[in-house]
Amino acid sequence: MAQVSSIAEEQASTPLSSSKSITLRISRYNPKHDDSSVFMEFTVPYQKWTTVLEAILDVKKHFDHSVAVRYSCRQATCGSCGMMINGKPKLACFTKISELNSDVITVEPMSNFPIIRDLAVKFERMFETHHKIKPYLIRDDTELESDAKEFLQSPKEVEQYIQFANCIKCGLCNSACPTMATDSSFVGPQALAQAYRYVADSRDKGKDSRLKMIDEPHGIWRCHFAGSCSQVCPKGVDPAMGIQLLRGYLLGFRS
Amino acid sequence: MKIHYGTAIAAVALVAVHVLMRLTQGFAESLEYESVLANYKFVPYAIMLELILVLLSIHGFNGLRVILLELKQGRIYEKAVSYGCLAAMIGLIAYGSRTIIVVNMGLV
Amino acid sequence: MTKDEHKEGIGGMANPRRYGIERVAYLLMRLSGLGLLAYFVAHIYETSNILRGQVGWDELLEMTSTTEGHIILSIVIGMCVFHTVNGIRVMLGHGGVGVGKPARPDYPYEPASQNYRHKIGIYSAIVLAAFAMMYGLAVMFGE
Repeated sequence: MAQVSSIAEEQASTPLSSSKSITLRISRYNPKHDDSSVFMEFTVPYQKWTTVLEAILDVKKHFDHSVAVRYSCRQATCGSCGMMINGKPKLACFTKISELNSDVITVEPMSNFPIIRDLAVKFERMFETHHKIKPYLIRDDTELESDAKEFLQSPKEVEQYIQFANCIKCGLCNSACPTMATDSSFVGPQALAQAYRYVADSRDKGKDSRLKMIDEPHGIWRCHFAGSCSQVCPKGVDPAMGIQLLRGYLLGFRS
Repeated sequence: MKIHYGTAIAAVALVAVHVLMRLTQGFAESLEYESVLANYKFVPYAIMLELILVLLSIHGFNGLRVILLELKQGRIYEKAVSYGCLAAMIGLIAYGSRTIIVVNMGLV
Repeated sequence: MTKDEHKEGIGGMANPRRYGIERVAYLLMRLSGLGLLAYFVAHIYETSNILRGQVGWDELLEMTSTTEGHIILSIVIGMCVFHTVNGIRVMLGHGGVGVGKPARPDYPYEPASQNYRHKIGIYSAIVLAAFAMMYGLAVMFGE
């Protein structure tokens, strides 16, 4: 059963002046001793600019400091605060309550990631797959050699990959992906989009080894272009585009 | 997946011919016994039916294999799904080919 | 897949409501594919009745030429047309055709790959499937 609290009942130490309030439902679950998750409900005041993360932090400040949530930059740069907000993966710091058009906001841990506690999830596997595709420039020479020059690029060459370099590893794409929902071995849209980011970089010489890595049973062929990853990306990375362009190399449409 | 794309493109063209044959002859007339028999005995058409059978079997069972492999993982399960789908595909091709060959050779 | 992994599972994979028409197309593609495979197997079996001679064939025709049989066949026609048209769209997308070009993203970050070309492709597949079903019904019930 959901537990309900409100700022009026608790007589908050910090006065909050707002005419509007929402019910914030927070999923509580500790895998160490809970069998299943329960929702706790809090009535939280908000302003036009209040984000979901701020509402959660209000709850931590005034009602229950034990709510587990990971956050850092509060400006959609660190990629820490991804969670399911009203059923869709979003960054809590980048989602305003007023934009959700709902009196009840339900926050849950991101799907397709193991839960640490409450809203915090483990990113280990995503970082593993990210690391697997070698997210760095591969070439024999280096800018660090004393007589070497910078690896210059034209603006056009930069445009080929700069969009994909915006990835903040927040995991929203992996959470929205339908294949990730059932396939534990799938590389995932985050890593595949990053594979394209380096393959499309004119300075990189590791295309063949990356393509070989993703051309496997649970690799790029498990993407069916549903596009959900791109719809939830908070940085405009558009992983679906990167994956299809990457697949173009394997199908011989690109060289 | 390349085989999935290839069989799909080839099958679309051939199935279109197969369906148009039903429509140009008149749907009910085209399904009459003598008409169907004549279709099977016309060698180019029988070859086309055989090609459709092979292409759609590969495409269909490979598609099923992909869906099943995405639902559950594990070495034994994945091998069972792959070999199971391959066996079903070969079985269906053999069963369908028997019909085409027997009727084409006039053994009915 | 274990409970610890916190995967959405089949329910999440098959939920078409959250991510727009592209996700609806993804689900319909799978369902129509499975439906067509089932029909294909049944079709191979039903056509093998010709080996039983005219009597066997006529028995089969009598069994399938019913209202229910025609409705099932019209659904098969719809699935076939949708699977074909949407399949061509997906294949083009898989080759990188019509997915947009990489560029510096600007807020609000509308994804270029989810563009109107692909949306038109999906709606066309649905509309064409509906027309094909109606045509099929007209042909089957008209005779």
